[in-house]
Amino acid sequence: MDAIAYFLQRTIAQALPLLFGSTGEILTEKSGNLNLGIPGIMVAGGVAGMISATVYEKTAANPIGIVSVCISFLFAILCAGLVSLIYCFLTVTLRANQNVTGLAITIFGTGFGNFFGGAIGKLMGINDISILMTVDTYKKTLPFAKNLGWFGTIFLEHGFLFYLSIIIAVLAAYILKHTRTGLNLRAVGENPATADAAGISVTKYKYLATCIGGSIAGLGGLYYVMDYSRGTWDTQSFGERGWLSIALVIFVIWNPDLAILGAALFGGLYIADVYVPGLSGAQKELFKMLPYVVTILVLILTSRTKKKKNQPPESLGIPYFREDR
Amino acid sequence: MENKAAIELRGITKRFGSVVANENISLTIRKGEILSVLGENGSGKTTLMNMIAGIYHPDEGQILVNGEEAAIHSPKDAYDYKIGMIHQHFKLVNVLTATENIILGLKEKGRYNVEKSAERIKQISNAYGFEIDPHKKIYEMSVSEKQTVEIIKVIYRGAEILILDEPTAVLTPQETVKLFQILRNMKQDGKAIVIITHKLHEVLSISDKVAVLRKGKYIGTVETQNATEKSLTEMMVGKAVSLNIERPETKNQEVRLSLTNVNMTNKEGVAMLKNVSFTAKSGEILGIAGIAGSGQKELLESIAGLRQIQSGSILYQNPQTGKEENLRDKTPMQIRNLGVRLSFVPEDRLGMGLVGNMGITDNMMLRSYKKGKGAFLQRKQPKSLAEKIIRELEIVTPGSDTPVRRLSGGNVQKVLVGREIEAAPTVLMAAYPVRGLDINSSYTIYNLLNKQKENGTAVIFVGEDLDVLIELCDRILVMCHGQISGIVDGRKTTKEDIGIMMTTVKNETGNEESK
Repeated sequence: MDAIAYFLQRTIAQALPLLFGSTGEILTEKSGNLNLGIPGIMVAGGVAGMISATVYEKTAANPIGIVSVCISFLFAILCAGLVSLIYCFLTVTLRANQNVTGLAITIFGTGFGNFFGGAIGKLMGINDISILMTVDTYKKTLPFAKNLGWFGTIFLEHGFLFYLSIIIAVLAAYILKHTRTGLNLRAVGENPATADAAGISVTKYKYLATCIGGSIAGLGGLYYVMDYSRGTWDTQSFGERGWLSIALVIFVIWNPDLAILGAALFGGLYIADVYVPGLSGAQKELFKMLPYVVTILVLILTSRTKKKKNQPPESLGIPYFREDR
Repeated sequence: MENKAAIELRGITKRFGSVVANENISLTIRKGEILSVLGENGSGKTTLMNMIAGIYHPDEGQILVNGEEAAIHSPKDAYDYKIGMIHQHFKLVNVLTATENIILGLKEKGRYNVEKSAERIKQISNAYGFEIDPHKKIYEMSVSEKQTVEIIKVIYRGAEILILDEPTAVLTPQETVKLFQILRNMKQDGKAIVIITHKLHEVLSISDKVAVLRKGKYIGTVETQNATEKSLTEMMVGKAVSLNIERPETKNQEVRLSLTNVNMTNKEGVAMLKNVSFTAKSGEILGIAGIAGSGQKELLESIAGLRQIQSGSILYQNPQTGKEENLRDKTPMQIRNLGVRLSFVPEDRLGMGLVGNMGITDNMMLRSYKKGKGAFLQRKQPKSLAEKIIRELEIVTPGSDTPVRRLSGGNVQKVLVGREIEAAPTVLMAAYPVRGLDINSSYTIYNLLNKQKENGTAVIFVGEDLDVLIELCDRILVMCHGQISGIVDGRKTTKEDIGIMMTTVKNETGNEESK
């Protein structure tokens, strides 16, 4: 029982970066922007959070945990938002190809993370870059979590970013389905010419959705740095979480509320090879492919059924220019 | 008494690069009046209206709304001035419902409430006589329903000035009558209505005044009661033209194509063709009439070998060998080589048949790439063919290498039809070849078809305009729900008869099943 509870708890820990990443990407894609820069944006967000926390902890006279959390949180969303802004400027204003731009942003973001994540110690002239105080504040759980048995272990032994991720996903789903803003955003992604003719500012919606989406995805990187890997950055071990987030978007057919469940499934599959006993090295690698296999299955299923509501936004990936014919 | 002016245009000029789309146009649109804007393709009607609707911005000149100068920079500004435009290509989001599309982009007071909006839509519908289900999704709707959504959308936004770009192009005669009644109701309500159309009889029946444009220039406005089809055409074209479609007598008829009991179901298992039997003869034009989606496209594609039929036979009499050949067991390429040619003009014009990003020459080559020796393409012949078509069909294009996507709709169609005719086919299937074309270009196409007929080609012509079908075709086959509801003589039938056959089909038990 304990082993299962622990596995499920680790599953959720794995799921959180994916949930942030895919919620952000869903908002972005609903505006018609296929942002393949999400992996880079997540890295940039995480590293920015880490750097700002380090600077604060090392320079403040009496660093306070909660202040450090606020600062790093702010810098993470700011940095991720800024990188998304570059993507927007290139694809929306200059109408560059979205795929190429996205891939470039991913390369840029990862490089940014590698450089500053690795060089921060040297840049500041210190050897020890641990930010344990910030990390501990991030990891603070509800005081009664320990007393609730397996339920507590699985669902409550997480820092506040866990609750935030679910709140954001539910909120995003609500906004998309039940508000005027959501309706307008969906229209922009489906048919920008129509949205434009209806008096919706396509550019504004694309910029806002992409930057807010990028900021949310940046929180995925922040969670990874602060909670999962306890204040250290290693791009290698962050791995393909960014791409998994994008796959997850397809898996949950652009529904942020479904993404909560989908992220849990992907998180579980992602680490299943560690918890299934008696696997050989090759079998482990096969297990790691599972999230991608199920994504391909979903793609096949949705394209077979041809349900209109299960299709990607109609103008996803296509730049919009009003006077184009 | 003159009605009050709703919009006044003064000296409007709009250029696209080096092309002048509108030149110094001055025009007045009045309240409680229906104004038709008439002109050939590329004469700048839609461009002009787009400037009023905020899609484009004029380079020179002023737009006055209710006597005051207005700055319309976006569609939203246009709505603020109570101007609403219904575009030729509907601007609707497919996955949303009618209501969601109608309230899209609005900043209404209070909470977001779809039900309340649906209620208001019903009120509007009752007031003007629309029929609409506010909760139906757009992708489940017929063309006429979509148009209704578009019109309600602009009224919902309080538009007092409505601009309709070729609203009847996709409607059946019955639907057109209904639409015109609604437009008249709106006129009674004091709204200013502008309607862009090519169909002269519609101009005469619906409008109070007609404004004519020619090659981007404003020719003049006339009272409809003082105008005739002939006078309007002369204003539009700038020279006298004969309005009668020629119909040379048929001669040397022999059966070229005979279909017997053809049945076809599509991938979803819905029957698209049911027991279709008919013959197409050389030296005649066989018209096919029917509401869009009644199986016309499927029928032509079955003959061209692009679709598998479930049962029935399609036989072709080869004039060269005199033999009878079964088209069912031939590939599309073999069928084409026999001389059976399909030129299909889809609703979006570029969807089938032409590659938008390629020039005319390259599009010619799509049909002849197998010719020539060696691994390299031979461009000379297709290029001279392209130039010949440009010359003979008067296609307006900077050159034979300009991407066809950049050409206006009418010119794209000429390329498409011209290419198929150049191959000297024995059976020519032309679907909607004059869709959206102006009078002059339409007549060019009719003449081309007639020339083919005189050369002994069996021409199958799928058309939308019943007046044209009756004037041009020797026989007219009417389809309804994938069945043939009748084949009539073009010289003897009337529009009303065909209209009824388009919506009613006699089923096996003899009862009439209506749509």
